[in-house]
Amino acid sequence: MASDKNSTRYDTLENLRKEAEQLRKKLQADRRNLNDAELFVMGKKAGGSPSIQVRCRRILKGHTGKVLDMDWSLDKRRIVSSSQDGKILVWDGFTTNKEQAISLPTTWVNACAYAPSGGSIACGGLDNKCSVFPLNSSSNSSTLSVSNKQNPVSSGPADTGAGTIMQQRKVVAMHTSYISACTFTHSDYQILTASGDSTCALWDVESGQLLQSFHGHQSDVMDAALSPCETGNLFISGGCDKNACVWDMRTAKCIQSFQTHNSDINTVKWFPTGEAFATGSDDGTIKMYDLRADREIACYERPNVLFGVNSVDFSVSGRIVLGGYNDYLVHVWDTITGEKLTALFGHENRISCLKMSPDGTSFCTGSWDTTLRIWA
Amino acid sequence: KDSPNMILYTKMEALLSKMQNDKTGVPIKTVKSLLTKIPDVFSGEDLVSWLVNHLNISDLDEAIHLGSLIAAHGYFFPIDDHVITLKNDGSFYRFQWDYYWPSKGWEPENTEYAVYLCKRTMQNKARLELADYEAENLARLQRTFSKSWEDIFARAELEAKRDRKRDKTTRKIDDSRERAFWDVHRPVPGCVNTTEVDIKKAYWYKDRIKKSLYNSSPRKVSGVDKQSSPNPQMKSETIDSLNLILSNLRRQLDRHCLKMSKVCESIISYSDQQNDYDPLLTPIPSNPWISNEEQYWADEKSREITVRRATKWKFSFSELLADERGREQFRKFLEKEFSAENFNFWIACQNLKQQPFKKLKATVKKIHHDYLSDETPNPINIDSKIKDTTLRNMESPDRYCFEEAQEHIYHLMKSDSYARFLKSDQYKSFAANKSSSKDIKKMSGTTYNA
Repeated sequence: MASDKNSTRYDTLENLRKEAEQLRKKLQADRRNLNDAELFVMGKKAGGSPSIQVRCRRILKGHTGKVLDMDWSLDKRRIVSSSQDGKILVWDGFTTNKEQAISLPTTWVNACAYAPSGGSIACGGLDNKCSVFPLNSSSNSSTLSVSNKQNPVSSGPADTGAGTIMQQRKVVAMHTSYISACTFTHSDYQILTASGDSTCALWDVESGQLLQSFHGHQSDVMDAALSPCETGNLFISGGCDKNACVWDMRTAKCIQSFQTHNSDINTVKWFPTGEAFATGSDDGTIKMYDLRADREIACYERPNVLFGVNSVDFSVSGRIVLGGYNDYLVHVWDTITGEKLTALFGHENRISCLKMSPDGTSFCTGSWDTTLRIWA
Repeated sequence: KDSPNMILYTKMEALLSKMQNDKTGVPIKTVKSLLTKIPDVFSGEDLVSWLVNHLNISDLDEAIHLGSLIAAHGYFFPIDDHVITLKNDGSFYRFQWDYYWPSKGWEPENTEYAVYLCKRTMQNKARLELADYEAENLARLQRTFSKSWEDIFARAELEAKRDRKRDKTTRKIDDSRERAFWDVHRPVPGCVNTTEVDIKKAYWYKDRIKKSLYNSSPRKVSGVDKQSSPNPQMKSETIDSLNLILSNLRRQLDRHCLKMSKVCESIISYSDQQNDYDPLLTPIPSNPWISNEEQYWADEKSREITVRRATKWKFSFSELLADERGREQFRKFLEKEFSAENFNFWIACQNLKQQPFKKLKATVKKIHHDYLSDETPNPINIDSKIKDTTLRNMESPDRYCFEEAQEHIYHLMKSDSYARFLKSDQYKSFAANKSSSKDIKKMSGTTYNA
């Protein structure tokens, strides 16, 4: 009896396996018919690679630990950054002044985000929480704002300030493992988080209510990004299962997934049209996937680029892919030809984060060397 | 278990075996100077040129940087410097013994370090003399391990004795390799410790038992896989997992995909179209980060609508909607056409999705009242079928209950109103701005100077 059962089970498994194999072959054949061109070949025909003259324009010094994440304010000049020692700093990137400092009781604040209104910031890390802090406008910043001193982080007033601001802290999200990324949706009222507990989740800021959670990754999720399209109810995520997923926010389902990296995906970023996206991985490559082609359409790699990619972003036209790597460099790629345009030297340790400014006039990098740099 | 850096070590070691190839690798030599011989070394410039040739590196700085990093990870080292960098000159370097490679999973304890430093003090040789920072480390360790210092001292003595038995050349090489090992794991203050890992990755690989708040099953399954088999896909197949794979495959088969040529074309033409608007590609003379003048931002905010800006609205409907001023103008146009309610409805639905949760019900009601109810003065342009679905959705209101209507309105605006907007005098007054349409392209590149 028992053996009967086992053999039927085995048959079913065998049949399913065969069916899957057949479907896979059919899919491959289907896709082969659509595979009538290559991006880099077409891109090279379209004309030569652009030359770019980027230099480091600002160095933001003030963190005493590894910088782990940063985000731009929509005012195009303010920056929030978080670091390993539990500090959050708000900068005026243009003047390099520190405007506010927040000390968290935890270390390794992996993620931070600027609210679209500029009125608050969100952050999270090893505390498994995503917290929102209101930012003081310059008018009533007597206790909180940090004057333009050399080292505000350890100075007395900043610490008292941190005490006050901790009371204004609002815990919005709770995961069962560390927060790896957080971002406001296009409003101040919602936050999307990615976590080491292998899920992503959407939260209501005011009530801390979980609006939607997203299951599908088989391992830690490292990054998530919302569609830049006004009609797009999509977001993408990437994680340690080497998988990049496209999610429909309405149904909470993963509608497309891509698994061609050889190692953890650390970063995901949309192409400006919201029809394709780039991923960066520990395997040292940046890949681009297209939703309409449902496949990988480009891979940016060189034999001398061995190190993992922690953060990628596109220039506003999408023509340039910038990668922040573990080899302390920013490697700059031509999206459509796959040429490596240049490498930017400056940081003295791994680059952990990289983001274009909202108007594309510059981009900012944060590094384990405790500094942030603004390039233009 | 694999260290998070393993993929990198594997790549470096593949490169290293090529570097150490007898024929095609980096030339190894024994250098004789006045009184001494320096065995088994290669010069910095030889290694840099090897990297340039074998990896096709066009930028010399990149080759030197890559070499320095490979050294900093513990694969080769300068023979007379604790600071591990590669210089493109005649200075000498030696390959590390593979026993000391980082891929062996070294996580040496402080007691080991203490034994090593202690041993160095017993060997009466100039080349083994402690550097200042090492002497400080030793003093600190001696305080920390004051109770067990006798043991440490005894172990150091034993090792020193053993070392003394080896022949002179071997000792020279061994000593340097041991030193280099500690230069990697206990680097000179100010140097990067390359063995550090990202804490997120450290968590992952330590494979903590984690229970997901929402659903513990996927985590558990993957946790078991990681421990039991290196190839989870093969062993964990169940009817359920196969059915999931099948449904995914069917979904992929059903999906309508575009040809690669079409996709590539769209990507190329988009970036081409946006070329003039990308400050990385087309530098703007007044870029605040370069000029240190904030004027550009002030202008962007306050200035009247430039040809450059209006030209962008023509690229696509999304481009128009992405610009706050574009939305304004489009609304104005629709007001003149008495169809602004469509646009207002669409905006209201966008806002609904991003509102505080507690306002949700009220907003849904208001949108319904303003645009869908019978008493509204401004009904939107949808058919009865969509209206029925929407009303059904509203029985359990959520952020997406107007989705279908909103999509319908969007396409209506995009295919109809947007086209008429572009043809309107109102738009033309911005886009042509007293010049013939031929000049627009040229103008668009220069107007920001105005």
